[in-house]
Amino acid sequence: MDPGFFAQYLINGLVQGITYALVAVGFTLFFGVLDVIKFSHGDVLMLGAFTALALFLGLDQLSTPAWLSLTIMLCLGVVAMALLGALLCKFLVLPLKESPPLNTLLITLMFGSVIREGVRLFFPNGSNPKPFPALLPETSINWGNLNLRLDSVILIFTGAMAIVLTHLFIQKTRMGLAIRAVAQDEETARLMGINFNKTVLMTFALGSGLAALSGISTGLYYQEINFSMGLMLGVIGFSAAVVGGLGSIYGAIVGGLLFAFLQTLGAIWFSVPAYKDVFAFTVIIMLMAWRPTGLLADRSAERV
Amino acid sequence: MAANRLVGRPVSGESLIPMSQLKTQLVILIGISLSVIVLYGFLYLEHEWEIGLLLVTLPVAILLLKRANMLIYFQTAARMMPRFTLVSFVLGVLALILLLRHEHFALLMLTTVLLYVTVSLGLTIQFGFAGLVNFAAIAFFGIGAYSMAVLNHNFHAVPDLVIILFSGLISALLGALLILPILRTRGHYAALITIAFGILLRTFLEVNDVFGGPQGLKVDGLEILGWDFANSFPSVLGGGSFYMAYAIAALLLAAAAYLLTRLIEASWFGLNMDSVRLDEVASASFGINAPRWKITAFMVGNFFAGLAGAVYAAMSGFIAPASFNFADSLLLVSIVLLGGIGNAVAVIPAALLIVVLPEKFQVIQEYRLLLFGIVVILILRFRPNGLIPRGLRQYFTGSSA
Repeated sequence: MDPGFFAQYLINGLVQGITYALVAVGFTLFFGVLDVIKFSHGDVLMLGAFTALALFLGLDQLSTPAWLSLTIMLCLGVVAMALLGALLCKFLVLPLKESPPLNTLLITLMFGSVIREGVRLFFPNGSNPKPFPALLPETSINWGNLNLRLDSVILIFTGAMAIVLTHLFIQKTRMGLAIRAVAQDEETARLMGINFNKTVLMTFALGSGLAALSGISTGLYYQEINFSMGLMLGVIGFSAAVVGGLGSIYGAIVGGLLFAFLQTLGAIWFSVPAYKDVFAFTVIIMLMAWRPTGLLADRSAERV
Repeated sequence: MAANRLVGRPVSGESLIPMSQLKTQLVILIGISLSVIVLYGFLYLEHEWEIGLLLVTLPVAILLLKRANMLIYFQTAARMMPRFTLVSFVLGVLALILLLRHEHFALLMLTTVLLYVTVSLGLTIQFGFAGLVNFAAIAFFGIGAYSMAVLNHNFHAVPDLVIILFSGLISALLGALLILPILRTRGHYAALITIAFGILLRTFLEVNDVFGGPQGLKVDGLEILGWDFANSFPSVLGGGSFYMAYAIAALLLAAAAYLLTRLIEASWFGLNMDSVRLDEVASASFGINAPRWKITAFMVGNFFAGLAGAVYAAMSGFIAPASFNFADSLLLVSIVLLGGIGNAVAVIPAALLIVVLPEKFQVIQEYRLLLFGIVVILILRFRPNGLIPRGLRQYFTGSSA
């Protein structure tokens, strides 16, 4: 293959992979502290992107410069979703802690569909795809067949930074220590004086904030968002987290990149674009069957 | 409580009231007639205030009956003679179909409700008995529908009844293939895979020319035992709507699915599935092969969905990928949760509410997913066992629960 094309696929795959990894990190965090799967994660992501869009539409009226708009959109979008994540956790997830895991799964899934329907019905003209503003610099370098867009580089860098910062937060801060303690053993963590509820809420806020970030970067990259984008991104992010190994941040990164790689491979092999997801999921399912605890499992084994 | 769950047929846990056989049958007949009348009201009434009135009066009436200790009579009677109850209910609905034979829309709604009941019974076996999630119910329904379309078009010589059965089997087998790799893993993997399958199937159908692409396929009508469903009722007897034959077929299908679900529940099959759901490790240590029971439940459930899909395809005469949305799978899950997870009877009123209400209240139609999503969240949060919780298993008649 032509090196230019190869590099192009690589860059595109990296942008996607980082987005998936951001979503997967959220799943991994939630599962780590509470052993739950939050199926509304993808829809929180979508809502983050729509919040940012709504902010932009407002700021556009005031003719704010692009960089300022973008900063405000990012900050407020992330904070709003972090709040939503914490609220969801407090009112829907924590109260169901003692009921069967199926109920948590169902309640978050339904919460996701409520968000999705809410955006479709109440965002102005929400059932149609919405153009997302191109706020990143549009310069690009042509190198043979490679068209290196500056925004791709920025997005890859931002995503990677976010993941690194999350990792540092979990490894180096007191709160991060609490999160790790709760993930390892809830009872013992409580006995050591860790505020369990606060830690769990914090984790949900963190994960949901990351989802908002990936939603906004998806919007910036494709310059289009729609109300159902979260469904697929959520499923992909979850698969990435599972394949990487639920509970491990490195696993989430590996899983996210792997999924993007498989999709790219599928896109090269099959003429029909829709088959790339079918291909990627088939491989992922086989990987799950082969390694149910993931490629890089954080924990020793499933509790059998 | 836990011990009682382990044996016998689940019943509503109140004490028995001794009744003679004749009295039991009488109580059942009265109860069934009342419910068929309510059903008739739901289907026939058109004005929103009429349905609203019905919706307000019904819970009050049920509550009053319960207060007056009348409901317990019916429950006891229905428990004592389950077959008689089922047969009289089926006959009651049959009478209703004859009564409504000129009402196209009411019959279409009734058929939809019955087909949804069939799929929800499948979900009851999967969710409620074996604890295996399936968020692709409408995808398996769709596989049944597409199998029907393709098979019926290509094999004219084969009787339609056989084709319907085959459509169900294809659905069950594809489901088994899908779930096989992850049988030994925990529950949320199944959730992930069924969601992915539910979303991807539509894309797959849309890009595939064999299945008509986004435009979909035309489906031939049914002809069973020489009865052409298109001219459904002998004109000597006054004729009837095109949907009448399908309503009867859907009724028989739903009744058969119900009977099978209850048989599974009362047998060792159901007992094994229950134990797998409640504690997989403990049941494995008692020699129960958990993956086997999970896959059995998954296949039976998808078989129901496939059968219902086949009948649906023949009735609507035309199917397209857009009819099988992930959102509809969530509606089906809502039916099971609203009724009461694992309770086969409860899916009937729940399906009725979820299918008919949006049709009757045009305001709801657009907001139905949002509304039912909120209802399910509230149910899970405050009444996780649903409106009509599944009863406890009680093995010896006469012993207190």
